[in-house]
Amino acid sequence: MESNKRKQELLKEFLPQLEKTSFLWYAWVTFLLGAIFLGVYCLVLQILKGHIITGMRDNVVWGVYIVNFIFFMGISYAGALVSGSMHLFKTSWRGPILRIAELTTIIALFIGPLYILLCIGRLDRLPFLFMYPRIQSPITWDVIAITTDLFGCLIYLYLSFIRDFALLRDSGDTSLPKWRINIYKVLALGYHDTPTQKKRIKNVTNIMSAMIIAIAIIVYSVLAWIFSVTLQPGWHSTIFGPYFVIAAVFSGAGVIIILMRVFRSVYHLEKYITKQHFVGVGMILMVLSMFFAYFTFSEYLTKWYGSKKLDDNLIQILFTQYFWQFLFSNYVGTLLPIIIMGIPRFRTINTITFAAIVAVLALWMNRYLIVVPTLETPYMPIQDTRLEWLLYKATWIEWCLTFGGVGTFCLLFTLAAKFVPIIPVSEVADAELEMSEALAKGQDNHAATITIPAKKQVVLKKEANEL
Amino acid sequence: MDNSPNERKNNRRKFLRVSFLTGLSAVAAKTVCADIPVDPEKETGEMVTLLSPDGQLVKVAKEKINYMEKYISPEASRKGIPHRKFVMVIDLAKCKNARKCVENCQKAHHLPPHQEFMKVYLMQESEEAAPYWMPKPCFHCDKPLCVSVCPVGATYKRSDGIVLIDNERCIGCKFCMTGCPYSARQFNWADSPYLHVDQPYSPETSVPGKEGTVSKCDFCPDMIRDGKMPHCVSACPMGVIYFGDQLEDIVTNGEETIRFSELIASRSGYRHLEDLGTKPSVYYLPPVNRQFPVDRGFDHEDEINQRYKDVPYVKKMHKN
Repeated sequence: MESNKRKQELLKEFLPQLEKTSFLWYAWVTFLLGAIFLGVYCLVLQILKGHIITGMRDNVVWGVYIVNFIFFMGISYAGALVSGSMHLFKTSWRGPILRIAELTTIIALFIGPLYILLCIGRLDRLPFLFMYPRIQSPITWDVIAITTDLFGCLIYLYLSFIRDFALLRDSGDTSLPKWRINIYKVLALGYHDTPTQKKRIKNVTNIMSAMIIAIAIIVYSVLAWIFSVTLQPGWHSTIFGPYFVIAAVFSGAGVIIILMRVFRSVYHLEKYITKQHFVGVGMILMVLSMFFAYFTFSEYLTKWYGSKKLDDNLIQILFTQYFWQFLFSNYVGTLLPIIIMGIPRFRTINTITFAAIVAVLALWMNRYLIVVPTLETPYMPIQDTRLEWLLYKATWIEWCLTFGGVGTFCLLFTLAAKFVPIIPVSEVADAELEMSEALAKGQDNHAATITIPAKKQVVLKKEANEL
Repeated sequence: MDNSPNERKNNRRKFLRVSFLTGLSAVAAKTVCADIPVDPEKETGEMVTLLSPDGQLVKVAKEKINYMEKYISPEASRKGIPHRKFVMVIDLAKCKNARKCVENCQKAHHLPPHQEFMKVYLMQESEEAAPYWMPKPCFHCDKPLCVSVCPVGATYKRSDGIVLIDNERCIGCKFCMTGCPYSARQFNWADSPYLHVDQPYSPETSVPGKEGTVSKCDFCPDMIRDGKMPHCVSACPMGVIYFGDQLEDIVTNGEETIRFSELIASRSGYRHLEDLGTKPSVYYLPPVNRQFPVDRGFDHEDEINQRYKDVPYVKKMHKN
């Protein structure tokens, strides 16, 4: 079969990434392990000495940890919404970046909840969440939602892996150790690419991609409700649910672009991850940044326009004490992607990556500005003399744990890319085959006409003919 | 001539006070006689004759009497004292920030110097408005958001209106602290000698506190069971704080005992931030016809006075 041949060809091309490990790779992993070790050390310190060693106090009871929690949960949207909807709407160029998106989702989803654990004073009592659950509490909603999301995404990710596991199992002449082949064999679940199996896996993937979109929207709304059900002036807002959802997809798209750029250089994937992909995801980023800017604007406009004292206090400190952070997160972070994507001349792979990095950092800052200044302007005036009780300032413990989390994210990604090809081989081969078949028949490929401009189609046609 | 209505009033007050305290004592007596499990080895068969709260002589096995032990376990503390709805009324016209309520509360609850279940704020709504001292305990709201958001039921509302925290259940997520709009709750950020008190923990005493959990003003149900006033009420030299039972419609500050509804009606009592809809059990009487000028409240060490430096009144004072 033609597709099988092509798959083996592709696999040959990617196998060296799985087989060989360079010195640089080891150095990188050691560096990451160092960062994680530092984080673990800080965690132990925090458990031994108590939360007093963080910058959190009775007014700002949640700090950088909860910001990281929202941030990583937001990134986990990358796969859920971006890859889910790409799959559902059969975007033709999705192939090479699907796995990056899905891995981002699942890894971020493992790390995010760890940060909420860091906010908890007594980790030894975590089982109480299940022993004495109270369904009235948004935290219980969150526990249910996140576990559902985690399982849903794991299933979705696994489905997308099965065909490549089967390929790796059958790829006879590799220098992969025996135990790894055995793992692939078990994980492939006896998949042999028969027409029935093929159809079945396609149907299940379709259902799951629709489901994880729905689950992801619920999870992120629940996360927003943790804040908006309280009476705090900066949080008690009806648009928080959709606002958080949009912000999450926004940051997810940004992280995908950054990772695309990284893997493109490191693994020399120039042939597969092309400028077209950057422009494609960049467009998603632009549209989302417009939505995000719109939500941010309506959120702060209504607070500023009215005259409620507490809203006014919040706006006051946002525009004085937090002026530069506010400028960066809500102006630069939203305008830059729009400018770079909006003007075709500016669209290069590097500028798009730059816009994505700025957008992701801006979104982290945006969450910080949602959490901290609100807690610094409570209903009762803060009348205390201790400086750290008045204003929040994250300590080195909190920063180390933040970098530890980022390190864990990078490490898990590095290891995952060592275990499976970062490009979904089967998916790409099938897409190529479909494309060439469609073009051979002289039919318009429906999906292609929607997303790919005419100029690109000619290029694709050429590529298809070459195969 | 005019004396007679006053005297009548005084007599009625005396009566109300006596009846209120009797009510509390009855509650206390019931607690004393509570049937607690006994060690079978210590059984001697000796019987003791006692006077029950309803005036009957009863014989009780000696071992079954729980004399001074008023220990209320975390489980038992979830039930309120029956037929009670506790309320507090704070008369802002009389407060001069003497801080006796704060200090006695801290002493009774083994709190470090900076941790205050009862706080005294210097409030001034705007630059033009009059400043006043505002003692603020936990409001023990009838619609408490802190209770709604708790994921493990570590904080709960009792039938007698009191909101308590069981620090053996609390996981320390601090969600209740962001839920409370009155900053009533505090976190035990670190271990300290204040947390090591040699007595069994009861949510009714909030002692000993526990690292990594939340604590707050508890309305002193242990004192109420004893027929006594909460520490802040008995400590106040000005009689600022009234405490009592809304169902009996009586409050007392230890000096005078008044009908709760009358006090609220005649002095235009209000609840702080009523529009948030949390329905506090703590009422305030507005600071009119004051007994002391606001300045009298600054008779403290700098550390305390420094707290109020951002209040417009203090800023203006420093300028002059």
